[in-house]
Amino acid sequence: MIPRHLIIAVAILLAITLGMSLYVWRMRGRVDRIEVSATDTQPVAPPVAGASEQVTLYVAYDDAGVLRPKPVRIPLPVGRQERAAEILRALLPIYEDQFSPHPLARGSEIRDVYLVDPGLAVIDLNAAFADNHRSGVLVEELTIVSLVQSLSANIPGITRVKILVEGRDRDTLAGHADLSNFYDVPAVTQVVAQLQNAQ
Amino acid sequence: MRWSKPRPLAPPSGRLSRGRLVPAALAFTASILLASTLLLNSSPEEKRITIYSNAANYSLPVLERNGDEYIGLLEVFEPLGSVNAKTNGPHWKFRYYDIDSDFTAGKTRARIRGSDYDLPASFLLENGRGLVPLSCLGTLMPRILGGPVTFNQNSRRLFVGNVAVHFTAQVSKTTPPKLVMNFTAPVNPMIATEPGKLRMAFNHEAVVAPGSQALTFDSKVIPDATFRENNGAAELVVAATVPLIASFANNGRTIIIEPVPQTVVPAPTASVPRPPASVSIAPPAPSVPSNIRRYFAVVDPSHGGDERGASLTGQLAEKDVTLAFARVLRQELNNRGIPTLLLRDGDSTLSLDQRASLTNSARPAIYICVHAASQGNGVRVYTALVPTQAENNGPFLSWDAAQTAFQLLSRAAGNGLVAELHNKQIVARSLIAPLRPLNNITTAALALEIAPPSTDVDQLNSPTYQQSIAAGVAAGVADVRSQLEAAR
Repeated sequence: MIPRHLIIAVAILLAITLGMSLYVWRMRGRVDRIEVSATDTQPVAPPVAGASEQVTLYVAYDDAGVLRPKPVRIPLPVGRQERAAEILRALLPIYEDQFSPHPLARGSEIRDVYLVDPGLAVIDLNAAFADNHRSGVLVEELTIVSLVQSLSANIPGITRVKILVEGRDRDTLAGHADLSNFYDVPAVTQVVAQLQNAQ
Repeated sequence: MRWSKPRPLAPPSGRLSRGRLVPAALAFTASILLASTLLLNSSPEEKRITIYSNAANYSLPVLERNGDEYIGLLEVFEPLGSVNAKTNGPHWKFRYYDIDSDFTAGKTRARIRGSDYDLPASFLLENGRGLVPLSCLGTLMPRILGGPVTFNQNSRRLFVGNVAVHFTAQVSKTTPPKLVMNFTAPVNPMIATEPGKLRMAFNHEAVVAPGSQALTFDSKVIPDATFRENNGAAELVVAATVPLIASFANNGRTIIIEPVPQTVVPAPTASVPRPPASVSIAPPAPSVPSNIRRYFAVVDPSHGGDERGASLTGQLAEKDVTLAFARVLRQELNNRGIPTLLLRDGDSTLSLDQRASLTNSARPAIYICVHAASQGNGVRVYTALVPTQAENNGPFLSWDAAQTAFQLLSRAAGNGLVAELHNKQIVARSLIAPLRPLNNITTAALALEIAPPSTDVDQLNSPTYQQSIAAGVAAGVADVRSQLEAAR
């Protein structure tokens, strides 16, 4: 004969086990939803505090295969490095817009910009930027030249730019445009001059 | 930084003037000092063993201890499966999956699977790392693995199971003859050429000799080949009386070696501009008369094999469009008397460095890389954006800036192509792009990006559309032939 108190204890333990299982099952679904949401749309940088200033962004247009200057007013912080990052981040809403002239995948982000050496700027892109970028010589070149020229035109003293993805070297942006070398700003300016003339 | 081949020496001048004597003496002294430094710092090649298996192919350093060659046992088995080792005083217990072995430092007797095993030299224990004599691997590994192992101790190549890659080699009776080598598995050797020889180094493939190490062919152009194994690698050296070029097919299972195309052109007259001093000129092959210049094009269908390139439509991959177009372009160039080689004539994988190396060693007059895109329309003709921080130093060319001396020539060729495409009512545009391997090429180098004629991307695969572009490009290359020849 099993003692009554033992039966009650086993029943309570079974009830607790069942309850915990249901709770864990429910929480697992919730975590999945939060992760998907975060990777797709959440910003990686805090909002910027600073006075609005006019900068010139160089915006790519796929249809004509050109790059055009576009003056915009954006709030800019005081620090030179932070300004550099904000200028590049100002390009993203243009490229991620529904009617973008040069669409980038949702979730594309500028992780950071480092001014590490006199004249050298390092742009760190997130994985979604490169992994989901459209593949093609011109379409990749337009993206890179847009970043380099927008940066060098608004931050004086930048002569070379290196592009990383998630802090690491990468051979190409999406199979074509070379990321293994440094971009020389005067040479990119020459490319920009070519790209400002429609075919 | 990587360096490519040194530039040819400057053209011989007359007597040295006094103003040039001092720099020449300084350069001579510097070269003597450099050579001395290199000689003093040079060390013998590190001994290595290469192990080939179904799990992995890997190379390990061989250690010299007490005049014998030793190897770390844990490193040998680690890529093959689950291993662990424990040190207990002089005893070293080694476990591979559930197979236990027991070794003792300074002793030759070991126990494997509960039986005694005698090593040819003492077992060594260094900071918990167990070292066994290299020569015992041929008998020790089968005991632990429970399967056959073939160990070629002289070349230090070890084959676990039936992993060897065999090949056949045959010279075709065509004109020019071709050496066709078929392998039982895909291979990707390092290829280098030198006058009278083409070398293929198999550093990671379990390629073995086909019976005899010396292969002879019934051909005066490609008379023989030699297979060698040394220090964990295999090498096949193909001898020839003319310069050779290799191309891949059949997913890397076939290598085709053939003579670099040659055409007879008139000897240059006084009115033809001479090449600038910095332009490389191919050394003449022993059998090629001096009035014959090799003038041919290399066409490189980009991507291929595992690398699909852009997905142009749901079914259409860039690698397929580039290959189809390259074949049409080859035909169009051949029709205009310009022999043309394709770097790949099948769905094979080639790295960018391999594409540049193959092209530079073949020394064509022009290199044309083919890409395809769904954005825009017409044809975009690219020349290299050469990184400026990678500067050429004296006689050495930086790999990343090897194109520098040829940029003007490339742009002239690109402009010629665009003009010819415009003549044929094809939308075309000349651009500079950061696109490898253009900056690694030591001749005129262009990339074409073919876009559809309209919004219908499927038109990229249309033979009619490809034919019209290829005809324009070939006509453009024919138009700039005199400029390209003058630079050779």
